[in-house]
Amino acid sequence: MIAIIDYDMGNLRSLENALDRLGAAYTVTADPDTIRRADKVILPGVGHAGLAMDNLVERGLPDVIRSLRQPVLGICVGMQVLCRDSEEAPGKPCLGVFDAHVRRFSPAPGCKVPHMGWNDIRNLEGKLFKDLPSGSYLYFVHSYYAGLCPDTVATTLYAGEMFSAALRYENFYGTQFHPEKSGSVGERILQNFLAL
Amino acid sequence: MLAKRIIPCLDVKDGRVVKGINFLGLKDVGDAVELGRRYALEGADELVYLDISATLEGRKTFAELVSRVAEAVNIPFTVGGGIRSLDDASRLLDAGADKITLNSAAIARPELIGEIAAKYGRQFVVVAIDAKSGPDGRWQATTHGGNKPSDKELFSWAREAEERGAGEILFTSMDHDGTRNGYPCEVYAALSDSLGIPVIASGGAGSVADIAAVLTEGKADAALAASIFHYGQYTVAEVKRQLAETGIPVRL
Repeated sequence: MIAIIDYDMGNLRSLENALDRLGAAYTVTADPDTIRRADKVILPGVGHAGLAMDNLVERGLPDVIRSLRQPVLGICVGMQVLCRDSEEAPGKPCLGVFDAHVRRFSPAPGCKVPHMGWNDIRNLEGKLFKDLPSGSYLYFVHSYYAGLCPDTVATTLYAGEMFSAALRYENFYGTQFHPEKSGSVGERILQNFLAL
Repeated sequence: MLAKRIIPCLDVKDGRVVKGINFLGLKDVGDAVELGRRYALEGADELVYLDISATLEGRKTFAELVSRVAEAVNIPFTVGGGIRSLDDASRLLDAGADKITLNSAAIARPELIGEIAAKYGRQFVVVAIDAKSGPDGRWQATTHGGNKPSDKELFSWAREAEERGAGEILFTSMDHDGTRNGYPCEVYAALSDSLGIPVIASGGAGSVADIAAVLTEGKADAALAASIFHYGQYTVAEVKRQLAETGIPVRL
């Protein structure tokens, strides 16, 4: 059973629909015991990183998440809150699983913020990207990004910045893109995560 | 590199797609879910479903359709038509839509943009502007399918929409829509330069060259098209392949 952590950070329908299409069983929950017992845990998130941290703290989840030993996948803001800290949440530590700092894109000529649409990912490392060629396109929607760090396992280029499209530290994985909205390539990544 | 997006648009009335579509071997060409899946498989980057139902019953059917599309389609999709309130937007978000478009309702009450963006984020709100050029060269936003002039001017209204929380601007030139003579690229370029959010071009494409022009000279981030796909001229895959051949970054 997969636990999708429900902490009031955006609509979970897309993720649920994607897991349904893959035939995966899941439960949507904020209950620490259910999360600890799950085979896999997904931390989704759309919205403000500071609010996301507040919502996790309110539900008593930061230590629960940090202590998980099964595969955990953070998506978008879910990935960002697994980082050390974020410019979107000044003075507020995030979960600190990934050793990355999250910054805002500076608007550059011809580069709109948010970074929205399909971009290619490169320098792919590890099982999450099994059977995927470098240069695969994934769907992104975000204004903040995690810089490159030792945990980077995929990179993307936008607004003159090379940033982390995906991160991994031990059993923790994070994707800045939305696999649940990224066509057959995204489905492959979700399947790879489910197969860990 | 961020790809330019190609977005087929489906007009839906009482739950069914009303324009002709070119998929061979599809028994029920009006099935909005099946068509969306086919477009996604062909390589569409996003989909737009516009509800053109005029009745309350039609609107209800549309919300049910949105849920079924969300279950079946694995790419982002936007829905529009008749969204007048935060409640309307919430219903469509709950049904699984990734974005909504606001048009006449935003002109009538611009605060609506901010209300929806504050709740669901700016990436959820696309403001559609149907504009016509006047004799003085001024582009005037219109409502009711181009029939009713408003007091908004294209450029200032687009900037206001961005400031209020729009995540993208979908601009249709009513002078070009349906003509298949191409887009007003210079207007698109000026609009794109004046905004910090993506611009989606819509209305006027008669050929792949027209789409290529608006994505390069016109500096548009995406192109929305209906008739070029519906009337069997091109498939999405063909359009993208040809764009790639001219050096435009697309997801193949």
